[in-house]
Amino acid sequence: MAGVLIVAEAVSGALAPSTLELAGEGRRVAEALGEPLIAAIAGTNVRGNEAALGEAGVEQVYLADHSGPGVPSPEWTAAAVVAAVKQAQPSVVLISHSAAGRMLAPTLAARVQSGVVTDATRLRVEGDRVIVTKPVFGGSVLSEQVVLANPQVVTLRARSFAAAEPQPRNAAQSIALQVPEAAGGLEVLEEIREESTSGPKLKDAKVVVSGGRGLGGAENWHAVEELAAVLGGAVGASRAVTDAGWISPSHQVGLTGATVAPDLYIAIGISGAVQHVAGISGARNVVAINKDAEANIFKYARFGVVGDWKQVVPALTERLKQLRS
Amino acid sequence: MDIVVTIKQVPDPDIPPHHFKVDEANKRIVGPPGVAPVMNGYDANALEEALRIREKQGGKVTVVTLGPDGARDTLKRAIAMGADAAVHVNDAALLDRGSSLTARVLAAAIQKIGPFDLVLSGRQASDTDAGLTHILVAEALGVPAVSPVSKLESVDAESAVARRAVDDGYQRIKVRLPALLGVSSELNEPRYPPLKGIMAAGRAQIPVWSAMDLNITDLEPRVELRRLYQETREARVELIEADSPAEAGTKLADKLREAGLV
Ligand SMILES: Cc1cc2nc3c(=O)[nH]c(=O)nc-3n(C[C@H](O)[C@H](O)[C@H](O)COP(=O)(O)OP(=O)(O)OC[C@H]3O[C@@H](n4cnc5c(N)ncnc54)[C@H](O)[C@@H]3O)c2cc1C
Repeated sequence: MAGVLIVAEAVSGALAPSTLELAGEGRRVAEALGEPLIAAIAGTNVRGNEAALGEAGVEQVYLADHSGPGVPSPEWTAAAVVAAVKQAQPSVVLISHSAAGRMLAPTLAARVQSGVVTDATRLRVEGDRVIVTKPVFGGSVLSEQVVLANPQVVTLRARSFAAAEPQPRNAAQSIALQVPEAAGGLEVLEEIREESTSGPKLKDAKVVVSGGRGLGGAENWHAVEELAAVLGGAVGASRAVTDAGWISPSHQVGLTGATVAPDLYIAIGISGAVQHVAGISGARNVVAINKDAEANIFKYARFGVVGDWKQVVPALTERLKQLRS
Repeated sequence: MDIVVTIKQVPDPDIPPHHFKVDEANKRIVGPPGVAPVMNGYDANALEEALRIREKQGGKVTVVTLGPDGARDTLKRAIAMGADAAVHVNDAALLDRGSSLTARVLAAAIQKIGPFDLVLSGRQASDTDAGLTHILVAEALGVPAVSPVSKLESVDAESAVARRAVDDGYQRIKVRLPALLGVSSELNEPRYPPLKGIMAAGRAQIPVWSAMDLNITDLEPRVELRRLYQETREARVELIEADSPAEAGTKLADKLREAGLV
């Protein structure tokens, strides 16, 4: 048996956007290897995605429905995916580089005695190996890495691979897995979704306004939020800001935060450290406002203002209000 | 509470990209001369959290690294910050062979150190950016792992309650001990070594263990690094010129409208 197996996720009844990216790239890899594209999906209420998976090119799906109470623990999800991989014996496993995927991928690799490369931005097939391009050292250096055994486990960076275009195809054939409640040591007591106070979700937003340490303090943060509100955009932040607690960690953009791909990304008081810009490589237009003309963020920007945000941003916000009313 | 903290020495991540070079032939990153390597940032957060737990509950904090001779300086810094003991695994046969071997080595060292309640590790190293080793250590030790931890709500002899960041929020997870926590930077601000600590570090005896000491015989890497390279980036920014910053703000708005972006 062989195949390229993607670990699919569904949110409120639909496939996650990251899953469509896994399917798009997975199909390309599967075609190059001459193998089928298959999937595993584990969670609460994951039945009913066979048609959508089929349209995305998936032929077979291993399905583990969590029937127990509460949120499935990461251990249960890992057990389900390990069971699917042991049955399917795929040559490649693709997982999204999400919070869940970051824990799942090494756990899986260890349990099937293989290797793993995380946070890939490009894949290329050579013979039976997948050559993985992975940024290292914050993103200022690129590496090419290869998993030497099968399955080759790889996590894919969000917004770096073209999503599968749904096409009329047969529904994926589903194979049910029985996964007992993990007897392990983890219990998810609760899961708190930090919906942004208003406006769209960071990951999907067309406009993102992000602030950095240059804002000077939590008391100035409203300037970022006001500009985002005027543009109907989401609020982002550098790690300096989330570490300082001016806003919750789920707003962090970058290597260890969210990957965003808006049409417009406005960076205010952000220096543009490689780890931050790692999260915005998919942004189509970057605007930088920074008082330091040498700041690295200008290297990534289409438009820039060298100046103090305290003068620049209120005038920008005011003018945009006029233009948009 | 007996805690082991895994530590890695890394090139200073704050070096701007154009100040270091990539030695493509040897697949290594070469930092500018005179800039000392540092303790991986998330590992410093892990050590800080361990010290805070010990200060409240007593016990012992041991740090362990796998690294070349120079990594000893990072262990000394850990002792200066307040760690009670350090172990240096240093063996040419074990270096730079990927996360899977590194994890097996660290797990063997942790077992040799003795019984533990908690292993604290950084969520990822700032050179390889893989985020794998700590999870693989937990697998090798057969203990549960939670990562990335953005807050530790409580720890007692039996269990810990940690906040784990997920994509648009967080989970509160209760984990039975012994366990491994992968620490993120929101957790705390690592302390600077006090003078007393710096003196203790000067006197500290740090044992060095080899592959043989740890009975590691399978040295096969699972992942091969084929290539390491850099891409240069040309700035193409259009700077908005104006007489005052406020005027620049207004002009920027007009520019964005012209470009069809707002
Ligand atoms: C392993 C690792 C992972 C990381 N992951 C991330 C990540 O995911 N996301 C992330 O963001 N960072 C990440 N970092 C941290 C990153 O290296 C930087 O430290 C961080 O991004 C800096 O945030 P900043 O730009 O807000 O602050 P700084 O670098 O301090 O920059 C502040 C900027 O504000 C400007 N400024 C100051 N005052 C004003 C003013 N009045 N008007 C206009 N401009 C002003 C300054 O000129 C400066 O450029 C990571 C680091 C490591 C080592």
